[in-house]
Formats: sequence, structure tokens, C-alpha cells
Amino acid sequence: MNGDYSVFSVLREALRGHTGWRPAWRDASPVGVYDVIIVGGGGHGLATAYYLAKNHQRMRIAVVEKGWLGNGSIGRNTTIIRSNYLLPGNLPFYELSMKLWEGLEQDTNYNAMVSQRGVLNIIHSDAQRDAYARRGNAMRLHGIDAELLDLAALKAKLPYLDYDNARFPIQGALLQQRGGTVRHDAVAWGYARAADRLGVDIIQNCEVTGIRTENGKAVGVETSRGYIAGKKIGLACAGNSSRVAAMAGIRLPIESHALQAFVSEAMKPLIDNVITFGAGHFYISQSDKGGLVFGGDIDGYNSYASRGNLPTIEDVCEGGMALMPMIGRARLVRHWGGIMDMTMDGSPIIDKSPVENLYLNAGWCYGGFKATPASGWCFAHLIARDEPHEVSAAYRLDRFAKGLLIDEKGVGATPNLH
Amino acid sequence: MRITCPHCGERGLQEFLYHGDATVMRPRDGGAEPTQEWTDYVYFRDNPNGAHRELWYHNAGCHAWLVVTRDLRSHEILGVEAAHDVALRRSA
Amino acid sequence: MRLPRGGVVDRSKILNFTFDGKAYQGFAGDTLASALLANNVKLVGRSFKYHRPRGILAAGSEEPNALVELRTGARREPNTRATMVELYEGLEAYSQNRFPSLKHDFMAVNGLLSPVFAAGFYYKTFMWPAKYWEKLYEPLIRKAAGLGRNAGVADPDVYEKAHLFCDVLVIGAGAAGVQAARDAAATGARVVLCDEHPPREDAALEGVKYLPRTTVFGVYDGGTYGAVERVADHLAVPQAHQPRQRYWRIVAKRSVLASGAIERPMVFTNNDLPGVMLAGAVETYITRYAVAPGARAVLFINHDGAASVLAAMGNSVMAIAAVIDARAGSSPVIRDLAASFSVPVFAGAVVTRAFGKRAVEGVEITTRDGGVVKFDCDVVAASAGWNPAVHLTSHLDDKPVWKDEVAAFVPGKLPPGMSVVGAAAGEGINAGITPLWAVPGADGKAFVDFQNDVTAADIRLAKQEGFIAVEHLKRYTTLGMATDQGKTANVTGLALMAAATGKTVPETGTTRFRPPYTPVALGALAGPHRGKDFKPTRYTPTHAWAQAQGAVFVETGMWLRAQYFPKAGEDWLAATNREVLAVRNGVGICDVTTLGKIDIQGPDAAIFLERVYTNSWTNLAVGRARYGLMLREDGFVMDDGTTARLGEHHYVMTTTTANAGKVFQHLEFCHQWLWPELDVRFISVTDQWAQIALAGPKAREVLQKIVDDGCDVSNAAFPYMAAGEMRFCGGVKGRLFRLSFSGELAYEIAVPARYGNALAEALMAAGAEFGIVPYGTEALGVMRIEKGHPAGNELNGQTSAHDLGFGKLLSKKKDFVGRAMAARPALMDPARPTLVGLKPVNEADRLRGGAHLLAHDAEPVAANDQGHVCSAAYSPTLGHSIGLALLKNGPARHGEIIRVYDPIRNGDFLAEVVPPVFFDPQGSRLHA
Repeated sequence: MNGDYSVFSVLREALRGHTGWRPAWRDASPVGVYDVIIVGGGGHGLATAYYLAKNHQRMRIAVVEKGWLGNGSIGRNTTIIRSNYLLPGNLPFYELSMKLWEGLEQDTNYNAMVSQRGVLNIIHSDAQRDAYARRGNAMRLHGIDAELLDLAALKAKLPYLDYDNARFPIQGALLQQRGGTVRHDAVAWGYARAADRLGVDIIQNCEVTGIRTENGKAVGVETSRGYIAGKKIGLACAGNSSRVAAMAGIRLPIESHALQAFVSEAMKPLIDNVITFGAGHFYISQSDKGGLVFGGDIDGYNSYASRGNLPTIEDVCEGGMALMPMIGRARLVRHWGGIMDMTMDGSPIIDKSPVENLYLNAGWCYGGFKATPASGWCFAHLIARDEPHEVSAAYRLDRFAKGLLIDEKGVGATPNLH
Repeated sequence: MRITCPHCGERGLQEFLYHGDATVMRPRDGGAEPTQEWTDYVYFRDNPNGAHRELWYHNAGCHAWLVVTRDLRSHEILGVEAAHDVALRRSA
Repeated sequence: MRLPRGGVVDRSKILNFTFDGKAYQGFAGDTLASALLANNVKLVGRSFKYHRPRGILAAGSEEPNALVELRTGARREPNTRATMVELYEGLEAYSQNRFPSLKHDFMAVNGLLSPVFAAGFYYKTFMWPAKYWEKLYEPLIRKAAGLGRNAGVADPDVYEKAHLFCDVLVIGAGAAGVQAARDAAATGARVVLCDEHPPREDAALEGVKYLPRTTVFGVYDGGTYGAVERVADHLAVPQAHQPRQRYWRIVAKRSVLASGAIERPMVFTNNDLPGVMLAGAVETYITRYAVAPGARAVLFINHDGAASVLAAMGNSVMAIAAVIDARAGSSPVIRDLAASFSVPVFAGAVVTRAFGKRAVEGVEITTRDGGVVKFDCDVVAASAGWNPAVHLTSHLDDKPVWKDEVAAFVPGKLPPGMSVVGAAAGEGINAGITPLWAVPGADGKAFVDFQNDVTAADIRLAKQEGFIAVEHLKRYTTLGMATDQGKTANVTGLALMAAATGKTVPETGTTRFRPPYTPVALGALAGPHRGKDFKPTRYTPTHAWAQAQGAVFVETGMWLRAQYFPKAGEDWLAATNREVLAVRNGVGICDVTTLGKIDIQGPDAAIFLERVYTNSWTNLAVGRARYGLMLREDGFVMDDGTTARLGEHHYVMTTTTANAGKVFQHLEFCHQWLWPELDVRFISVTDQWAQIALAGPKAREVLQKIVDDGCDVSNAAFPYMAAGEMRFCGGVKGRLFRLSFSGELAYEIAVPARYGNALAEALMAAGAEFGIVPYGTEALGVMRIEKGHPAGNELNGQTSAHDLGFGKLLSKKKDFVGRAMAARPALMDPARPTLVGLKPVNEADRLRGGAHLLAHDAEPVAANDQGHVCSAAYSPTLGHSIGLALLKNGPARHGEIIRVYDPIRNGDFLAEVVPPVFFDPQGSRLHA
């Protein structure tokens, strides 16, 4: 078992050549029957396993991951956390997530560098100002911090935006100061280590190839490392949700799409907040290491290839230059893509599946990172108690049939537009 | 990515807009009731990890809707047909 | 030190430059790196984490150490590789990431603390007390991290985008690339040859488009390649009208990758001291730039490829202290060549450490039998072999494969149409190699990734802590994540992990190389799309006229529309109020061209409209228009507008400005994909027609003055919702629609777009006697709110027909898009927020869009949230603020007093729920 991390352990190990550090988590192999098998060793799967072990009755828990732990979106996203949502189905959930972020590091004994540096949505028109006011007021009603900055306040905060020559003039911004960034890989590693310390078996390089059912109930998973029996099975497969659910004969209201992300060369501190352009597809923050981390819209077509194409790259950079032309001479050092499980209303699913003992956690679109703690918390609750957690109660699979959609953007059943 | 429009020839991705799965079919008789068939048509998708028949729109070109068959892992375009032709064949 | 002869530099052209403010001279043809070495400047930068002194490692784009801030002011470019900067007169460069100076850097204390700052240390600490992260630790870390400084002000230069189409794209103009280009051109193919270096004579081939200073940075789908041409980076500033850089989208049927190979450094203690260089770079500086990087060298190798380095050094004025060949017997090639220069060869020996303060002063070697020998030297030329530059082969997700014979990764499966030639394919490199990934005993100061300060010890620590998967290794240690993307580091790091785990390199795997190959300026990828040119601007046909009237314009999507027409001393509100009252009491005109206009023709047009609109269309007579509502297939409202029947088989549809493109696409979808059997066609005519609304009690009187003789526009002949062709102003064929958004007697007049300005002028002249005014989108908006017409804020994609009070427009007699899904009970639930009007109880209170609604005595908590204000305006007609809102159970609550809660703008007051139509609810003015 791993010892606590602290400034003292770091100094002690520095003095003895770091010989005392142990693996952050055991490289477990499947053994016996599990009470719960979580399919997917990404952020959501690991968080689910951790909160299952921490918050609920004693259970034997396994996380099975087809590749290396955290190889999907948890390690490919642009690291933003926020709870600046509009609709009542989303607000309490993302605020729970924000509160969990705020205590994450002390809880998991792992520094994920949660940085509440403020998230700004730039406003460019009267209608947009009213829409952000509506959103900010909804946030306030849910006890979430929100401020509407006028032009003068925004100029004082972000003097480098293009105020004078903008095609779409800047009027102000919606600010959530508690929003910010988190070091993405560290979230996966921190949850993995913390779950491991509570006895969770994290089984890497173990690809699920089938879901075994008996009499309409899920009883285990076939994997590249053999059959693993489980009393309950939770799917947290993000971009691969459709493929894994199909193994149990389930079709989902999901399309997989590629979202690109970008990082520039490291520079001295330049951008202190998370900033989202309101007249194009561009958002940006600066990592603690100094790279500008930015992105834009999804490429817009179904894809299982974790990369994108030039039109989106250009679109993102055009947005960046329109908003803050100081970045023209900053250089892009790397761009990549991840596969997003885009739902038909842009909101996720945390629900029982049509197959008994099989549970779904899917449809995170491009917003899964910030949701990681609450997703794990609520999915663990659902699996352990067989009833939804109150803040994720709207994330039902039957909402599509019933018309109880949670469509923040109002674009309807077009995943590529959410 | 480049798509060969049957009317305009090979063009770059930026000329096209994507719609989605071309295998789901609007319930033929319409109907006033929100049946399971309707829910499946509007919301549920196979989302395969391989060849995918999908609808694209030649927005910055001839305004034709296209049925494109594309491999979702490699993005390789396997075939392009005018959606109007496919639809006529389907209803014939 | 500059050699007395040789090289390709032009000694007749002396260039002055400064580094850290000190003046130096170089020659035309130098890079900043070669010029610094020629001036014996070895200390060029500081490393990322430990701030260790660093010099010049390489001679090409793989350079990890010699990064400088180039240029000053708004053109300052941080992290610029000195090895890729062509020297120009007056060049200014500064070292970066040091304080107060390059020589005395306080942050070098980090180096002393390096035992603490091992890989991943920050994940284990800085957690107490919790609130100190943002307040103390993070700001300190941010300040210490980063490399150079961005200018912080707008980039003053311009960029271009361009397309190239070719049969064969050759990437790299070395010997293999030039040969490939020559061969391809000989077949008659259209050939493009790109090379990241300055122009070379031997690459200028007939029939080949040669783009020097151009880096093909990425491979994309469908034979598309991204490239950036550094058009003016070799000049102090771009010339007039010259872009700084040009971004090329190259579409090539085939490509030939001739990107060469990148040398691997040797990993030993203090291998990062300035003066420890890649052996091939030493050769390049001698032969190409006539610069000896030092006076006395040690050559440390493990393969025969370094013979040319030995020859170059031996033939120059440099002294060679020794050749240290890690291979047990060295090789005849090396031994014979060394003998010819009388240089001793230590076979089976390794350099165990270098020493020196800010530059290498000597090395310590361990001989085959374990003895220790020291040499004084100021250059260590080290080569652990070469890695083919396979980066572009893996951009489409294919991975390179390990080839034991050359101890390197070579291209695996290739992107469609790509071939690889020369060293990039693993040809002619690493002859006789015995891999040596790190010298035995390599410790915490033996660097693998120089820029990110990743050491051999860090890699062992990652293994120990379980970060073994290649991506874990990379992410935990930051190996390969610096500006050079690990060009000199990745393979070595991977091999060290393989060694630590007892696996082979291919079993350990490889990371995928991501684009771009070398860093690309964001400005280049944006091209000219910034500032006012970020997106195209659409001007209405009356734009010039409106400008002359002093209009203030507002962005509406891509359009610029007149927002209001202020008179002297008027602010926006005064102007808007005046315009509204002028229309209500007299007459006004407003350009409504931006509304989408779609011409629909064909025998099945009526059937088609019947299916895309929710309401009935088959009974619309020729010469009449009708309001129509469109749903998406999911049952929510998509758009609305009026469609007029101009002929038996001819309709013209109007859409909202915002949805013009979307609706057109939708119609084409419905026809081409859903109902191909229908004989109907569409064309967008938004840009073909200028359309002006003429509204107010005096509208007909004005209209009568501009219609041609014989055109009867009397109420009887042309009643409300009439539509038809008409002639205006003496022969201009146009269309007239009796439609009203304002609620007044109103018309919309359409003329060919080129007559738009003239029509506006004619209407103003004709209306002068009635006090006609132009009005803008503000007044338009006020009047539509007064009339309770839903617009963009209500048609937000989240509302059902029921929500907007349009439930009765859902025909029960026919199929239409969205019919079935609109029938879901949830979409008709009366408890859904539904359209109402609002009127403040205290008329001085101002309603604002975005305020939420609560029961008048309810606590402001989420559970009590009952809706929100969509649109609000001051109504000069009524003398108070009015609003349209979506309120739960809305229609049942007319007369109720509710709380308008707007905490984000400090708003909190009471309002009365009223029907959404504030003005002339009977609509009598429309029919006047």
C-alpha cells in the first residue's frame, strides 16, 4: 500500500534518491467475482470506482481498461472546470462537481492543481448579454457564483482583447470566478491511486469484448484477459459507449465525434483566466507550464479517429486572432483530437440500462472533464443504491422518448451542433 | 478530407456541412403519434466504428445532399452518391 | 570561431546583430546560431526547470536549447530557435527564462534543488493549506515556468492563406528530395518541393514549384497537407504589402517524404553543458558556415556515420583530443580515419561526465577496462546514432516500426499516397551501430529531454512509480512535450524505459507524433481573418443611403443593419422612441432585406409547403401570403415567416434573418432526401431582392405615390396579407406584400437589389409630406414586442409551438415535419414556461431580458424559478417598460403579480402578467 504524499515525503525521498516511492497504483489482475465492474479506466470510471469504495457499502470493485489508464478524453481535454450552465437539469450536477473539485486534492491526497482562476464568456451583442444574464441569474438561483462584467470592467481585467477593431464588438462578459482549470492527467492518476488505496482492482490492457447476460441480466464481461464475473456492471466508456453498449444489444442516442485541442509553446504568464470567445469558436487558458491551451468546435462529422482536419484548425486560430491578436506570434506546438460521445441534446446519461444490472454513464459530449467528480459520485450512487442521485436525476435515457430534453444550445437532435 | 461531389467534382471539407446517419429512415406513413419508431429515427444511432453511410450537404457548392460512405476510423471516403438518386431508388 | 575559408556564407556581406544587447558581426548566410558560435558565444539559454546553462546543441529545427526572444516590441517572438533564424542586418535577440541575467540566473537554485524537483514532485505536494495553491504556489510556479515572453500586444504583421494543387509533393530538399522532385518532374507531373531551409541553388529545378523556407507541418485527410512559408522572417520587417508568413493548404495526389534524420544525443552526466553538441551539428557548422564551435574537441560515438564529422573536424583547425567509441572494437572506418589525423581512439569507452561551469571544459571517460581518463576540451561532439524523421508518416494515426538493423524507428504504414526516401526511410544511417541509450551510471544530471530537463533518473523513477506505458512516461515526466516535441529525446527516453522494464523497444511502444512537425505561428493559421476581416460583412442594399442618414449600425449575424438613426443630441433610446412614435402616428421605412427569401417553384410546391409548415397551405390563393410555422423533426420550433403565393406553382418564402441558411438547407433536405418524388425546386434569392418595410397609418398614401399607374393598392384591391407583382417609380418591376411586423398598416416592397438605395430615396421623398422617418432594428424590435410577436429570443430552439402560443397552428389533418414528436405530452405540458407579456407594477422599473421570474412572495432559490424574460423594451407608445417572457402555466396567470428577479444586475421588482400583445390586440390597425 502506498504512503501519503506530503512535503515531508518528498523531502525524505529527495534525500534518499527517491528509492522509497512505490507504484502509484497496483497493476492488478482480475481475481474472482466482483460486486461491481466498471468498464472504462478513464476519469469517470476511476472516479466512480473511488466514490463507490469511499461512499458506499464494502464491495469488491474492478475497473477494466482496454489500454493504459486515462488514455481517452481525461488526458486529451483542455482542462477547464466550470458550473456556468443554464438549465435546471444541469446546474445542480455541475455545481456538485465544482464543490468536489474544491476538495479533491485533500480528499485524494494528490495535487491535481485545481486552479479557480475564473471563466469568462465574452459578450458581443445585446441578445447575447441577455442570454448570459439569464444564465448568470439561473446560476445565482442555484447558489452558484456569477457576475456580469460591463465593458469597462472587462477592459480592466483583459486589456489585450481586440476592443477597437473587432468585427463583432465586445460588450462585456459573464464571469464565474470559481471556474478554472485542473491538470487533467493528475485527475486520472489521483483517482486511480486513491481508489487503489481503498482496494479497487485497476486492470489495464484488458479490453472488454462482450457483455455476458443470463435471463436478461448482466452477469459479467468477456475480456481480452478472460471472463470476469460481476454482480453489477457500469459502463463509463465515453467515445466508445455505443460500441460497448451494443455488446449488450443496446442502441444509444449518441454519435462519436472528434474534438481537437491545441497547445502553444510555453511562455511566461500571459493569460490568467479561462476565456471563451462569443462570436466564434475559440476558448483559451494558459497552463501552469506556460503553454496556451485552446480549442474550438468539434470537427462536425462522426469519427473514431482521434484527430481532426485543417478547416477546424483554421477556424479556431481565426477566432483566437479575432479575440486577442497578441497571440499571432505564439506558436502552435501540438494539436490532437479526442472522441466525444455526443448526445442528441448535448447532455449526458447516467441511468440504468434496459438490461438489468447494467448501468450507463455516457454522452458527455465535450463537457466530460469538468463533470468527472460528480459523474463518479452520482454513478456510484446509482450503482450502489439502484436509484439516481438527486442532482443527476434528469440524465435519464428515456428523456428522448418523453421529450424531457436538456438542450442548452437549443439546436435539437443534431449532435454535431451541440 | 475531400469529398467528390457527383456534380462539382472533388472538393475540400470546408465546402460541406454534415448531417449524420443516412441509414435511419423517417417513418413512411408519418403519423401523429410519437411512437418508438419515431424516437429511434430522431434520436437513436448505431454509431458504428467502421464504414458509415451518412448525409452531407454541399453548402458552398451545388446545394446537393450527398450520401457518403466513409470509414470512421481512417476517414477514408468509400463512396459518394447524390442523395436524391438514392432516395428515388428507395421509393421506387 | 570563424574558419579562414570554406562554407557557404558570403564573407563580403557583414551583418551587425546584438545578443543580450551586446554587438556582434556575422555574414550573410549565417544563422543566428552559427554567428554566435563564430563569435565564441556558447551560453545561449537556460533550461526550463533547473535553469541550467545551455548552449547550442543542433544545427536545425530540432534544437531544444538555443531558444531566444527574437525582435523587440510588438514583434517579439519568444522561443525562437537560434539555429533556424537567418541572420539579417540589425537583428536583435535576447536570452530568455533567466533573471537577472543569462550568466547569473537566480533561478539556477532550482538546479541545486533538483533532487526535490524530480519527475512528478508537484503532484505530491503544494496541497497544504488548500487555499495557498492559487494564492501562493501557483503564481510562483507560473512565474518560474514558461520560457520567453509574448509581446502582449497585437501582432502588427499580416498573414496569407493560399491553396496549391499538385501531383507530387516532395517534402525536404536534401539530396533524396531533390532527386525525387527531378524524377517526378521528368514524368510531366506537377511537382511542388518544400524545404524548411533558405533557398538552395541545387533545389531550383525546372518544372518544379520550389518553396524554400517552407515547412510541411502536418498531414491531413484526403491528401491534404498543411505548410507554412516564412516569407519575410529573414528580414527585419516584412516589406510593404508582404505577408510575414503564408499558410499553404496543399492538395497532392502523391507525396514523397524526404525529411532526413535527426541525431540522438549521448546521455551522460552534464551532457547539457554548452559545448556538448550533436556531432552532425558540429560538422554542419564547420562545412556549411565555416565555424568551428571550439578549439579542442572530443568525439563520442557508437556508429560509423560519425566518420564525416571526424573528417570535417580533422580537416579544420580544430584539435581533436580523442575519439571515444562505445563499441568494443570501434571499427576500421573510424580507426583508420582517426589514425590519419593522429587522434587516439578509445574503443569500448564511454564519456561518463563532462565538467565545466557555464561551458564544457573537459570530460571524464571510463575506458573498456574501467580506467578513468580526463581530457580537456571545449567541444564534445556526440552522436548516439540517428532517428529517421518519421513524424509526418504518423500524423494519420499510423505508427512507425522498429528496425533492429539500424536501431531506430522507420516508417510503418504510410498515409495514402505517401512514399518515403533517403534517411527518413532509414537508409544510409547508423552503419555498424551498437545502441547506447545512456552511459552506465547516468544520473540526475544526465539529460534525455534537454529543454524539459528530463533525466535518465526521471525515467527510472517513472518506471518505479508505475508510469510505464509510453504515454504515462511522457505525461508524468514531460518527456517530449517541449517546443521540440522530443525530436532529440523521445526514442532515447523510450529505449531507457524499455531497458528499465527489461522489454524491447518495440514491446515498449512509441508515442504518436502529432502535428505540427515544428511549431507554427497562430497568426499564420488564421491568415487574414482577424479584426474587421474576421468574417465577411454583408451590407444591405440601402447601406450607403442609411450611412448618409447617420445610421448607427449593428452586427446581425454577418449582416450590418441600421440600428437607429439618431438626430443631433439623441442617444439610442431617444432616437428609437422617436422612430417608434413616428411609425405609430405617421409612417416609417425599414430595410428588411436580411430576412431570408427563398423562391419555390414547381407543380408540387403547395404539397411541399404543406409538409414543411405546421399549418395548412393548400388553400392559399394566388396573390395571398400567410404566416407559417416550421418545426424541426424533434417537434421544437425551427423558424417562422410568411410565404406568398405569386403564381399557380410559384411561392416566395421568407425566413428569419438568423435562420435563412438553415431553412434553405432544410428545404433541400426535405426534398432531395425525404420526398424526392415531389416536383419542386428552390433557390435562395435573399441577395437578389432589396426589401423595405413601409409601415404606419400613412403607409398607403406614401405607397400610392410610388406605384406606377394602373397599380391599385387600395384596401379593397390589396388587403391585408395580399401579395403580388407591382411596378414602382416608373417601370421598376418589383413585388409588394401587405405584411406587418409593427402591427401598423404596412407593406414590404421588394425591388431588384440594385434599386434598393433608389427605392429608399423615393420613399423618403414621397413620404416627406407625411413626416416619414427611417427606423432601425431597435424600433423594429420595440414594435414587435408591443405586438407580442416571438422573434429570435423566443425562437431559441428550446421552445415548442405550445410554448409560443402557436398550438393552434399544428394541423391535425396532415403530416408535417415535427408532427409526431411535437405530440409528446412533455412538449404540451401546461406547466412548461409559456409566452406571456409583462408590465412592471411600478412603471419606473425597467424590464430586462434574462431576468428570472418567481412567485411574488417566493424565496429566490432554484426550486422557485418559474421562467425568464426573453425580450424587453421601453414602449414609447405605452409609456413604460414591457417584456415578453416564458412563464410556467403562463396563459392561466394573466393578472398575477410576480417577482422579476435579476440579481446579476441588481434587479428585483414586481410585474404584472399580461397577454403578450400589448398594442392593438384586435389588430384593427393592420387592416386599415
